[in-house]
Amino acid sequence: MPMKRPHLVELLTALGLILVPFVLPHLGFSPSTINRILIWGLFGLGFDILFGYTGLLSFGQSALYGTGGMFAAYLLTEAGFPNVIAAIFIGAIAAGVVGYLVGLIALKRTGIYFAMITVAIAEVFYFVEFNPLSDFTGGENGLPGVPAPQIAFGSTVLKFNTDWTMYMFLAFWYFIGIVIALRIVRSPVGAILSAIRDNPLRASALGHNIHGYKLTAFVVAAIYAGFAGGLLGTMQGFMPPDAFLFETSGQLVMQTAIGGSGTLFGPLVGAAVWLYLSDFFQNVLQLGATWKLVLGVVFVLLVFFLRRGIVGGIVDLYRLATGGRKAVDPDEAAETSAGTAFDPTAIEAMPSRRRGDAPVSGPILQATGLSKRYGGLFANSDIDFSIEHGEMRGIIGPNGAGKSTFFKMLTCEIAPTSGKIVFEGRDITGMGVTDVCQLGLTKSYQINQLFDRLTVRQNLIIAALGETRGKFKLDLFKGLHKVPGLDERVENTAALVNLTRRLDTAVSELAYGEKRRLEIGLALATSPSLLLLDEPLAGMSPRERVETVALLKAIARGRTMIVIDHDMDALFELVGKVTVLQEGRVLVEGTPAEIKTNAKVQEAYLGGVHGEVA
Amino acid sequence: MINWANFISQCFNGLVLGALLALISSGLTIIYGTLGVLNLAHGAMFMLGGYAGWIAYTYTESFLVAAAAGSLFVMIVGVVVERIIIRHFYTRPHEDQLLVTFGLSVVLVEAVRFAFGSLSQRVPPPAPLVGITDLGFMIYPTYRLALLGIVAVALLVLYFVLYKTRIGMIVRAGIEDSVMVDSLGINVYRVFMLVFGIGAMAAGFAGIVNAPVVSIAPDMGEAILVQTFVVVVIGGVGSFPGAIIGGLIAGEIISITSMFNPGYSYIMLFLAMTLVLVLRPHGLLGQAGRE
Repeated sequence: MPMKRPHLVELLTALGLILVPFVLPHLGFSPSTINRILIWGLFGLGFDILFGYTGLLSFGQSALYGTGGMFAAYLLTEAGFPNVIAAIFIGAIAAGVVGYLVGLIALKRTGIYFAMITVAIAEVFYFVEFNPLSDFTGGENGLPGVPAPQIAFGSTVLKFNTDWTMYMFLAFWYFIGIVIALRIVRSPVGAILSAIRDNPLRASALGHNIHGYKLTAFVVAAIYAGFAGGLLGTMQGFMPPDAFLFETSGQLVMQTAIGGSGTLFGPLVGAAVWLYLSDFFQNVLQLGATWKLVLGVVFVLLVFFLRRGIVGGIVDLYRLATGGRKAVDPDEAAETSAGTAFDPTAIEAMPSRRRGDAPVSGPILQATGLSKRYGGLFANSDIDFSIEHGEMRGIIGPNGAGKSTFFKMLTCEIAPTSGKIVFEGRDITGMGVTDVCQLGLTKSYQINQLFDRLTVRQNLIIAALGETRGKFKLDLFKGLHKVPGLDERVENTAALVNLTRRLDTAVSELAYGEKRRLEIGLALATSPSLLLLDEPLAGMSPRERVETVALLKAIARGRTMIVIDHDMDALFELVGKVTVLQEGRVLVEGTPAEIKTNAKVQEAYLGGVHGEVA
Repeated sequence: MINWANFISQCFNGLVLGALLALISSGLTIIYGTLGVLNLAHGAMFMLGGYAGWIAYTYTESFLVAAAAGSLFVMIVGVVVERIIIRHFYTRPHEDQLLVTFGLSVVLVEAVRFAFGSLSQRVPPPAPLVGITDLGFMIYPTYRLALLGIVAVALLVLYFVLYKTRIGMIVRAGIEDSVMVDSLGINVYRVFMLVFGIGAMAAGFAGIVNAPVVSIAPDMGEAILVQTFVVVVIGGVGSFPGAIIGGLIAGEIISITSMFNPGYSYIMLFLAMTLVLVLRPHGLLGQAGRE
């Protein structure tokens, strides 16, 4: 939808910023309130990329806001640095550097730990400002005398020293800020950030270095915070120490949640609501300090009932209004009623990757003496396993035989207790799941691991990006459509798993069978040379099974695959050779025909009742 | 040159603060461990305990009544909060839980500020514990000495409840796997409500017994919350022994650093936390996979 009119949002923002001085004062916003809203909005852009897009809720943004502001203010006052704009930029860079260091510590952990660590960071920076660095920061007095910005054009000097000229100055920077933020969220990095928010485990299993990307989001947020802090100093002519207060972080979090996280404009709207209400309660209703209590209650109610904030609510309403009209797509209705059979074999799968000059014959993967122990329990013991290039192998075994554990070790999700895994001539034992995926070995999960809040297209894009970009790349400003071969790969994969018509549907709206196919599609989009499928047919209807078996046959061309499944009819039809696991050991290996009549296998499954299996 | 008498007395201060932090942190950590919710309003519970106790004291002039009333009140607040707010957030993302408890803390702090003003209030220690005690090697405020005992007893009670009673066994089982406990026919929601109440009470009790040492003010919970977080990160989240060890370490770091320069106490605390994160990311006694 946004791609059709690529710069619409930017254009509307510019228009809005131009109109503000003519509209908002009539609604009771004073110019200085409007300026403060812009600074909070800019501060929030970075925070929204961190929280709304990446899912990292930081309570420590005040530390970076204060750092950037103090750095710029110090340059402009004590150090006698002449250029205000340059000083603000240097402050923002300083905040970025500090953000990098802080991020290294805070991102050691995720979830609530991350939140707790950032709270501690906010508090520490406040104390650092007050004590060890008070000679530079003025301690509790802050730094007064920060000059207003000015630009010289030849002999005319443009000075931004009144409320409305300051507005022009801030609006310009807000506009730049939003343009950059929009580019970031629409870039490959932006896509991966939302993948991290939805399902960090799968994002890393698809070959993305999620730690690196999280750190990137943290630094981006720090630079925005530092820049906003610099603007605060020059706007007020004074850099206040309370920029460092934990309360500043809290206010940013609350404003963002009120406005709507993951929308970029949420923090701006939230700040407008917050500052307007606080002025209104204090000046018009004469509530004194009670305003914060009222706002606190409003905030709790909003978190309760309006989960996506004001902007999110508006977007949802808009979708409801426009989405209602095209609910019945005539094209789609016709196609489903005609019941055109799906035939994946007609589609040529994208080739699997060939890396270096690995031999095309011989074993692609070899595991020797692989064991996994949980306490006293051996999930896998001493498994020797080898698979040739281009082979299609099935693995069967009763529940609890250790099939999934075996897969997890092969893809390096879990480290084996002992043993060795060699993939394409390279020892991958002890490597991470991300690196192994980058080498061309990945799996589809037994339980769907999708990015639920994103569309099918976005899901496939995230999977395909790992192959085209490597595990970490900072193409922050590149449009997704400019990544070579990406659209082609996404559409090819979607066609293979028969989801072409569902490309722009959110995953949460898919039927179960469709989700299962997307699960396979995600693994496939990374173009693996060895693809592991953990129960791809589980829970599917008979018709879906037939389609999926055809799909698996189609993608097997030029690819090596290992399939775990309990549907033996389907499996025996697909594979050339079967490995049977029982109680963590290899019971027997052979062709489907051999396995069907093998007495040991019958024993394992049927407990001694002899006959043909399945 | 270190003044040894001063040093020992600071070590004692650290012990007292550490015990308090241990008590507050165990409240936070059992709530997180059982319910999976990090309660950002935990500092506000500490503050509420102080205020409830102070009100009870102004009416009855009895410290004992104040302590009982204060902790009981906070427990009721905890149960009510769990029932009407937290319960609806178990199935929602962690971020929503953080947001709502953060909002709750703002509401509680501002409500107290609205009712009683921003000025700090004092609760005197009970009469027999006023003054100082000569320990032979140093003299030390009697109430602080008693406080050490009071908090130690509270921790022992908590330990007893957690490890020696039926309900404690359910709570510990819930920390391991609450879904399993639910399917064993135990009403896990009632247990959750109780755990939230007990966890809040631990903070509230600390708030009132600490009131004679420091004065109470609406924003007294914020600093405590930060220290509690550091304690939990150091000790390992969801671990009761971890909270105690983390609490004592944090208390000593703060007190001993304060002897040289109070401004650096947080910085040292933060450095200690960083060190633990680098060397043992899951905390001293924490387990992997609990976050």
